[in-house]
Amino acid sequence: MAVLKVLVIDDEPGIRSGVSRILNNFNVNYPFMDEDYTFEVTEAPTGEEGITIIDSNKPDIVLLDNKLPGIQGVEVLEYIRNRKYDTVVAMITSYASLDVAVKAHRFGATDFIPKPFTPQELKSSIENIAKQLYLKRITNKLNEEGRKIRYQFLSVLSHELKAPLNAVEGYLRMMQERQSGNRIDDYETPIERSLQRIQGMRNLIMDLLDFTKIRFERKEEKIEEVNLADIASGAIVTVQPYAIQMEVTVNLIVKSDAVIMADPTDMEIIFNNLVSNSVKYNKTGGKAQIILESNEHEVMIAFTDTGIGIKDSDRESLFDEFTRIKNEKTRNISGSGLGLSIVKKVVELYKGSIEIDSKPDIGTTFTVRLPKNTNILT
Amino acid sequence: MKKSDFTILVADDDPDYLFQTVSGLERAGYRTISVESQAEAESVISKFRPDLAIFDLMMESDDSGFILCYRLKRKYPEVPVILATAVAHETGMSFSLDSETDKSWIRADRYLEKGIRPEQLDQEIMKLLKI
Repeated sequence: MAVLKVLVIDDEPGIRSGVSRILNNFNVNYPFMDEDYTFEVTEAPTGEEGITIIDSNKPDIVLLDNKLPGIQGVEVLEYIRNRKYDTVVAMITSYASLDVAVKAHRFGATDFIPKPFTPQELKSSIENIAKQLYLKRITNKLNEEGRKIRYQFLSVLSHELKAPLNAVEGYLRMMQERQSGNRIDDYETPIERSLQRIQGMRNLIMDLLDFTKIRFERKEEKIEEVNLADIASGAIVTVQPYAIQMEVTVNLIVKSDAVIMADPTDMEIIFNNLVSNSVKYNKTGGKAQIILESNEHEVMIAFTDTGIGIKDSDRESLFDEFTRIKNEKTRNISGSGLGLSIVKKVVELYKGSIEIDSKPDIGTTFTVRLPKNTNILT
Repeated sequence: MKKSDFTILVADDDPDYLFQTVSGLERAGYRTISVESQAEAESVISKFRPDLAIFDLMMESDDSGFILCYRLKRKYPEVPVILATAVAHETGMSFSLDSETDKSWIRADRYLEKGIRPEQLDQEIMKLLKI
């Protein structure tokens, strides 16, 4: 239950107590609002007293008479605008001259309630105002969250980019100061580690490029008929050197023709990431398998491995940017933390879905479903 | 007391940073215990009182370092803690320990940006250990 603070500024006591009586027992709700709005009314007989209350109480809604004993309604309105208060003002007025109406509108009055009004008229005006307020606040909140997410992305990104630089810098200093001796052989580990960190950083930058590609490119001319078996074979070739090192065998099973309309680069992003994960997070001597299947409407691609698996508690954040599951088993595996978030974005672009089935220490299957014919440009 | 009388606990999930920090400290003369995760650091703390601790901020979770500071200070309130991280100042995600509000919830004695030179780190440690 949210309470909206209403201030009524009017020199007629009857109007003030009328508004209080009507609104104190009134509530507003809509199907899309998660809570009801109720109202709490304060009263002021003059503009001057109204301003004091506005400063201290910051009302959400001001119901403002124009013709007041001291300063006029429009002046109160001007005051509110100058202070940039987040307040909605409705003028209550018995005779609105065009001049006053224009001025009030220019200073941001959102509504006019003609006097005398019935309880029903007041309620419907207030209902509209509450709706506006709600939408405005939701919009603000969403904008803020959007900003926050982008900001978080940047700060994590700079962390990820700086860490390898710090590591390499540290090793170079060790060498500069000849901390382990005078011969180049004394620095085999620092050199090897530096090269690895640089490679990791290169991968991160490549992933970032993929990431921006999905976000900004919409490419009509690149959509063509793509045979996913070819893409899968390509991904297997790419991962081969790594697979040999890990002694993981990778094979492809094509159960039925899997041809879809897509940008081949997007499909490569999906396959390269998931195939390399199924090797990377596998065990020495393990197996990785890609199974392609399709029906009239969609293709199904299953990426199965016999690897370390994913705990249920880690699944939720798995597709978030820069998420890396950190535990004993993943300690020596490097990655940018962007791969799965990129895969998910591409899959969503094609209006497909991705599912995980995983048992720790037994293995993981990622199943991607893609419609055969989506227009990703719509 | 001399430097070799002090044992410093270092927790960092970046193996290179951990290696470099620890070898710097050892060259300066301290004894060290190095761990690669929050979990390992917690198990060390439960059994052993270090003379000083250096924690990385982001390990298993984004706030591993904060949690470790809290745990260590609860058990050994007098042991100084240095929180080290590569989180960039320029993105605004920095926590200096200058303001009272920060001090009240970050229970670290120093906050250091990663990439600090070994001599600087040694200076900070000597101040905290009053050597």
